[in-house]
Amino acid sequence: MNGDRLRIGYIPLTDAAALIIAVDKGFAAREGLNVELVREVSWSNVRDKLNIGLFDAAHLLAPLAIASSLGIGHVKVSLRAPFMLGLNGNAITVSRGLYDVLTLAAEGDLGDPTVSAKALARVVAERRRRGAEPLAFGMTFPFSMHNYQLRFWMAAGGIHPDEDVRLVVLPPPYMVESLGNRQVDGFCVGAPWNSVAVDLGIGRILHFGSDIFARAPEKVLAVHAAWPTDRAEILQRLLRALDTAVHFIADLANIDEVAALVAAPHRLDVPPEMIRGTLEGQLRLARGGAPRNASNYILIGRDGAARPDPIHAAWLYAQMVRWDQAPLSPELLASAEACFRPDLYDTALRELPRALCAPADGIGAFVGPKFDADNIAGYLGAFRCPPQNS
Amino acid sequence: MSSTGRTQREPAATQMLCARTDTALKIVIVDENPVRAAILADGLREAGYTNVGRIEETTKLLARIYALDPDVILIDLENPSRDVLAQMFQVSRAVKRPVAMFVDQSDTAAIEAAVDAGVSAYIVDGLKKERIKSILDLCISRFNAFARLQDELETTRNALSERKVIDRAKGILMKAKNIGEEEAYALLRKTAMNENKKIAEVAQSVVTAADLLK
Repeated sequence: MNGDRLRIGYIPLTDAAALIIAVDKGFAAREGLNVELVREVSWSNVRDKLNIGLFDAAHLLAPLAIASSLGIGHVKVSLRAPFMLGLNGNAITVSRGLYDVLTLAAEGDLGDPTVSAKALARVVAERRRRGAEPLAFGMTFPFSMHNYQLRFWMAAGGIHPDEDVRLVVLPPPYMVESLGNRQVDGFCVGAPWNSVAVDLGIGRILHFGSDIFARAPEKVLAVHAAWPTDRAEILQRLLRALDTAVHFIADLANIDEVAALVAAPHRLDVPPEMIRGTLEGQLRLARGGAPRNASNYILIGRDGAARPDPIHAAWLYAQMVRWDQAPLSPELLASAEACFRPDLYDTALRELPRALCAPADGIGAFVGPKFDADNIAGYLGAFRCPPQNS
Repeated sequence: MSSTGRTQREPAATQMLCARTDTALKIVIVDENPVRAAILADGLREAGYTNVGRIEETTKLLARIYALDPDVILIDLENPSRDVLAQMFQVSRAVKRPVAMFVDQSDTAAIEAAVDAGVSAYIVDGLKKERIKSILDLCISRFNAFARLQDELETTRNALSERKVIDRAKGILMKAKNIGEEEAYALLRKTAMNENKKIAEVAQSVVTAADLLK
């Protein structure tokens, strides 16, 4: 195959769909790009191979792109995100045992995250009184939306995620098994793993990620900071190929073809119905139950989701500060914001982002203060965490 | 400072002390491949590192690591549990001793070599990076040696299965044309040369054809 060669790393998850469709439908080739997609087993591998140049670009956790640019937790490598591969797409699943206990402890509808968080706090307190082991929850990476979703939700109920429960990193393929053998009592993960736990009767989906944040920056296309200047033209072609791909994915007439391509054995290697259900936002919460429908369960390109928003970068940085992963400084905030590059997106696509019904503060959390990038200290101060004797 | 003899002796003494403490470093290998782990452990022991442990099961990986409390953790890149170790970078109550990945920003070649070989190293924060450079080098060479071994094994396996196919083809030809073994082999070889193919390929066609005609 001819064209400029690019190696792009990805983790087999539904929000790698734009990359998979861009390559497997020939949209990248049409832009004169010869893209090799490389399936990886860990985010650490994706990050490292991107860092040392083995990958030209990568499907990456949005917070990890920022952490890498800030040099938190690892070697500092400045990355840029000129395209959002996905917003939302996670869910919080709990074991059936914990679900039953939460139902008893809930004062109101457990589907309301405020109610469930308070119920969880009661369960946590009761377990502490009788000296039981703290509850454990799995998430995929310290710098991940999954981690921040769990923490935000728990803290809303008055739980301190570092003291009252145990949060453990688990590779997504091990989540379901870990819930089954009671290593964890719940987890937050992307598709298809929540549905796998539900279908096996091991777990119950408690919340969609979109219940916690209406518009959460989940995965980015990450490239080295030097790329936009060194190879600006190639990057523009890649962005155009991805844009064509997300338009193709957003067209429901293509959903069977998209599901089949993404689910293929050499890509995600899962049943196509699972991809289809995720893209449609139709997930069964419990085995045998009717599916719940949420149009914003996962956003790939739809509603202007592909255009990076520096407010999202600032908000992710604020989460890192809130949970002691990073100190608060104007310099770090500026570096975080510089990571998300809507200007590159606009230059490549020459198309103004479509009108969308985005939340006023860009995030739309179910509770708590509105996010204000100009006053992160004030925003964080408004959370009472650790709570004052709830 | 006044005596040259003394200044010369000092570095040597420091070096010796370092060498002694380094071999006492507690190293743990996280690798689900038992052969590769054994090759690496042997290499480390040969180099004088006596305190080498291995974790085969990655369930409750952090708890297993804390139980062993190592100074150095080596993990293969095919292992999805690599991300679990990312949690050890965090300074939180869940983490007993913060861990850093072995990276030296000035030495990208070393990182590339490690990624290429398929291994990565983590060290307890504060441990001098020079002290584990030799461990990482050893890892890289052992991992590469293992990859070569795999290749050789694959080649041998292929050769063996080729041998079997050729034997079957010979048998078929001997029976069908009522010829001897040497003649059957010569026929295969001649055909292969004429068609610019490998003998095994021609033999495979004979076997396939014979199966079809059964």
